[in-house]
Amino acid sequence: MAEPRVLVLRAAGINCELETQFAFERAGAPARIMHVNRLLERPDTLNEYGMVVVPGGFSYGDDIAAGKVLAVEISHALGDHFRAFVARGGLMLGICNGFQVLVKTGLLPGVGADGASRHATVTWNDSHRYEDRWVHLTVDAGLCVFAPRDRSTLTLPVAHGEGRFTVGADAEIESLAAARQVVFRYVASDGTPPHYPANPNGSMGHVAGICDPTGQVLGLMPHPERALFPWHHPAWTRDGSREEGDGAALFRAAVKAMR
Amino acid sequence: MRWQIAVSPLSSATDSLGHVIRNRLRAFGLDGVDVHTARLFYLEGDLNGAAARRVADGLLADPVVGTATVDPWDDYTSTASGSVSVFRRAGVMDPVEAGVLRGAKALGCPVERAATAFRYEFGAGVDDDVLTRAAALLSNPAIEECQLHDDRFPPRATAGETPTGRIEVPLRDADPAGLEAVSTEGGLSLTLLEMQEIQAHFRKLGREPTDIELESLAQTWSEHCKHKTLAGAVRYEGDEIPGVGGSFAVDNLLTETIKEATHRLARDFCLSVFHDNAGVIAFEGDQALCFKVETHNHPSAIEPYGGAGTGIGGVIRDILGTGLGARPVANTNVFCVGPPDMAPGAVPKGAQHPVRILKGVVSGVRDYGNQMGIPTVNGAVFFDQRYVGNPLVYCGTIGIIPKDKVEKTVVPGTAIVAIGGRTGRDGIHGATFSSVELHEDSERVDSGAVQIGNAITEKKVLDVLLQARDRGLYVGITDCGAGGFSSAVGEMAEHCGAEVHLDRAPLKYAGLSASEIWISEAQERMVFSVPQENVDAMLALCASEDVEAVVLGTFTGTGRLELHYHGEVVGDLDMAFLHDGLPRITRTATWSAPSPDGEITESTASGDDLLAILSDPNVASKEWIIRQYDHEVQAGSVVKPLVGTRGQGPSDGSVIAPMLGNRAGFAVGCGMNPRYGDLDPYHMAQAAIDEALRNVVSVGGDPDHCAILDNFSWGNTNYPDRLGGLVRASYGCRDAAIALRTPFISGKDSLNNEYKVGDETIVIPPSLLVSALARVPDVGAAVTMDLKAPGNLLYVVGETADELGGSAYAVATGIRAGDVPKLNADRARRTFLALHAAMRRGLVRSCHDLSEGGLAAAAAEMVIAGEVGARVSLRRLPKSSDDLWDTASLFSESLSRFLVEVTPEQTEEFERALDGLPAAAVGETLPAPELVMMGTNGATLIELSATVLEDAWRPALTRWLEDIDPEPHRG
Repeated sequence: MAEPRVLVLRAAGINCELETQFAFERAGAPARIMHVNRLLERPDTLNEYGMVVVPGGFSYGDDIAAGKVLAVEISHALGDHFRAFVARGGLMLGICNGFQVLVKTGLLPGVGADGASRHATVTWNDSHRYEDRWVHLTVDAGLCVFAPRDRSTLTLPVAHGEGRFTVGADAEIESLAAARQVVFRYVASDGTPPHYPANPNGSMGHVAGICDPTGQVLGLMPHPERALFPWHHPAWTRDGSREEGDGAALFRAAVKAMR
Repeated sequence: MRWQIAVSPLSSATDSLGHVIRNRLRAFGLDGVDVHTARLFYLEGDLNGAAARRVADGLLADPVVGTATVDPWDDYTSTASGSVSVFRRAGVMDPVEAGVLRGAKALGCPVERAATAFRYEFGAGVDDDVLTRAAALLSNPAIEECQLHDDRFPPRATAGETPTGRIEVPLRDADPAGLEAVSTEGGLSLTLLEMQEIQAHFRKLGREPTDIELESLAQTWSEHCKHKTLAGAVRYEGDEIPGVGGSFAVDNLLTETIKEATHRLARDFCLSVFHDNAGVIAFEGDQALCFKVETHNHPSAIEPYGGAGTGIGGVIRDILGTGLGARPVANTNVFCVGPPDMAPGAVPKGAQHPVRILKGVVSGVRDYGNQMGIPTVNGAVFFDQRYVGNPLVYCGTIGIIPKDKVEKTVVPGTAIVAIGGRTGRDGIHGATFSSVELHEDSERVDSGAVQIGNAITEKKVLDVLLQARDRGLYVGITDCGAGGFSSAVGEMAEHCGAEVHLDRAPLKYAGLSASEIWISEAQERMVFSVPQENVDAMLALCASEDVEAVVLGTFTGTGRLELHYHGEVVGDLDMAFLHDGLPRITRTATWSAPSPDGEITESTASGDDLLAILSDPNVASKEWIIRQYDHEVQAGSVVKPLVGTRGQGPSDGSVIAPMLGNRAGFAVGCGMNPRYGDLDPYHMAQAAIDEALRNVVSVGGDPDHCAILDNFSWGNTNYPDRLGGLVRASYGCRDAAIALRTPFISGKDSLNNEYKVGDETIVIPPSLLVSALARVPDVGAAVTMDLKAPGNLLYVVGETADELGGSAYAVATGIRAGDVPKLNADRARRTFLALHAAMRRGLVRSCHDLSEGGLAAAAAEMVIAGEVGARVSLRRLPKSSDDLWDTASLFSESLSRFLVEVTPEQTEEFERALDGLPAAAVGETLPAPELVMMGTNGATLIELSATVLEDAWRPALTRWLEDIDPEPHRG
């Protein structure tokens, strides 16, 4: 059995690479951080890895729109390599800024059953401002080959200004859900449909994360790598029973899927 | 070709920015206007129409939510009637440009220059008067210009001619008036005495100084860089100061007070104090922590967003330049602004409304800190009328550094390598500008001193810097802060000398003179001392991550600062004169206690008093601000700034575990209360130290492994009364630090915080911020302030005295009287140690320090945060005298006190831990979420539900700042 190896991509402004690497190594997968410039120089390096992660941050400052410049760069210089990587069975994960990047490259939500590209975006929060808070999520692993299947809910932090998952029409959310590509949705603490701030950004369909039609590419706005230890939870001093943070489950499932 | 592109939201999409702007304008009295926003782009390069369209659709517009128009700029005629367009002024940093260039390049479209702007469309029928008012609210003339009805980018200024190098300034024959004129006209902020010293020096040399030599001296001798006042000689005559009396002289105030405490304590965890960019203390294993807090007051007054952003950017660079470079792990910030409810007409001429300033500085810290990937975890906000023209912005950064990287050196023969941002005309004279008072024309006259930061440039510098450090590519490093290259190179070369070729510095645009290059405070630059054999590797590393780097010159052994420009010597100064030539003067200081202008009459305190205190913006929830900061990036978060059942509670301090997988952490907290300073700066300083320590102890910090920082923001200390307060505060710091065995490791002062409008001068109150950094041995034992469960006991630890002077109660009731809280340092130290020991043994379920609003406010906040009730009786409260009246018991702000929740099973052990200290069980927690407080005679003084308390406390500041509707909006 090949050693699962994770490539954690970094670029100017990506800033969650260390804790993302840590989360994978803690879950049992050696992870290497690599600058996108190195990958652009030698795209075939991808062959050495089972998974590519685009972590959180503000790639190139997010100045035109979150993740856009890195997405354009990846689409044009690395798009074919990533598609080939996925065709070979490689896994991809985008967290926060990484999710924004994957959506804006078109890798997410990806090509639909009809063969046509679907168009979605992740844009400004309804509040038009950055917010850091913890949210409750429902999990439906659906098509995704590495979402946790042993958990129906997760509690994770979000920290973003542009996290509103948006498609052209409500019906497209339904069709993504029907295709079992909607993996994470925001939910109120009592399990009912969320309003702000339980849905922190106004995402359509309360979508927090989706996968592509192969189930090998997953992206989400929340930060599982910030929910590894019991004390990461905002109310951990109230309840001493927690053994780990909910994010750990996601990394374990991902590493398991690579084996 | 040149292109004008507008990107606007599709009609089916939400214009969230437009919605926010609409509400913001309404808050400033522009009601009922409808706003549609668009982002404007200007592109220049070898682009035909198809290429411009490709950039517009492929990069600038998001097809799901937006659409773009593309027009040739040269023939473009705007049709945007009823609109306001806001453009950056020439030379102001536009961080978006780099992203546009990079993205366009990936699309195969060579864009050479880009600019961005915003267009706000109000509709053709809107009056010009409304547009003008909106323009004033939507832009800042210090950095931006507006056009009405016209969204065409203004023509870009053509690059200036490259000026000639050497410029001599005739000084040797000047009379005093002439010397002063040279200083004033050159913006040098040098006094006549200093100018005369320089004149004598050049007479001796038998030549005239060059402009760049004068600039170097002005930067190096500025208050900002040399701390002439705090490190100066002072003659004090005034009310007695404990231990030194009421009439004495001191040769160096800083050395004999703040530094004296540290040296006398000689704590072994102090690894580097005062001499580097930041103080360094031992942390865990081979790792150390460093901490620095800076102010960026004057730039923030003129351009709050840019001022605060470059403030945090600057203090982060301090940490990057500490030792051989530290990795930043946490940011802090404290703001002092005018009251949020100030009537727009009451804002003095030339100043911005406090709400606008506060929102601007919050956005600035948010954008810069978040983009750097550094969690912003601790802070405070103070409101006072006297900050209206001169707000204060304190920014702090904590870094982690291997112990073997704490020392740096500069070796003659090594290369001077500068990396990071390019040099422009921005930020000229920041060091000297920060050393004079603000006035109503500052915005117009001094706007060159204001800049916009580019966090991504600094993040790239951080990324390569740590790699270069770990590869051992350099031996010395410092940041470019105030004074730019002149201060950075000047300081590094102080003991050896340097030869600098200014024409090698990468420039943002042509036309800068040698002097401008030398003193520009352009952001995001660091300077290194790189051994010649490593220069190629250093430059290659930087290039591999798109960081610009250049060899500016060489560190020499000549003891001279030699400045060259295109082959010509433009400056040649003796390092000894540059650093030690500053003439010393003795300033006089005086202080006498203010007489109270009222008295506190004994009346029965009520729940209304508590609600009034909770809804004072100084006390009210700061959640609106805190949530905009990423406080969890790097995954070290243990105690967050917001805690409790729903994250609604105000944490005393924050705890971070910066080494992933290691349970060692640190607690950070701060203390400040300018209102105590009105009564006596000596006691204010002691109270600030006590509060900072309380805040770290409350969350689990070890009071015996704790270091503090001082940041003085004061008025013009050329006036003896202002200086007298500073002297008292300095001695207060010394005495408290020694008695608490807590060393200062770094500090900074910002003087001349006054605002002149007409004949009136507004002087800020004495504003000493104390920041504390304490080790947390095991983060699993950290404690939060939210009440945990019904049926537990509540202890007050510490003694309550009648100390309502400067209190939140005094403010709420409009009284300026009462005694200022005073420190019993010996008891405070024993209390902190005992409480910490109890926490280590798991005896504390929750703990909150008693500060503004006293016991009642602390209890209320614990109830709000935990949604658990509390009943407290004042009868058993540890008091300074048995007949202490109930109002004082409720609201006094006596120091060194905590409210602690303990389970019934652990009370005995807890009481043993606190043996010999004032501590008593005063109540218990209740299932019903309400606060009940009973007086000495058993009468119920306060009975309020958690909901009522939360409704008073939580929205009281937010309502002034919020610009979104509670319900989501849909376009």
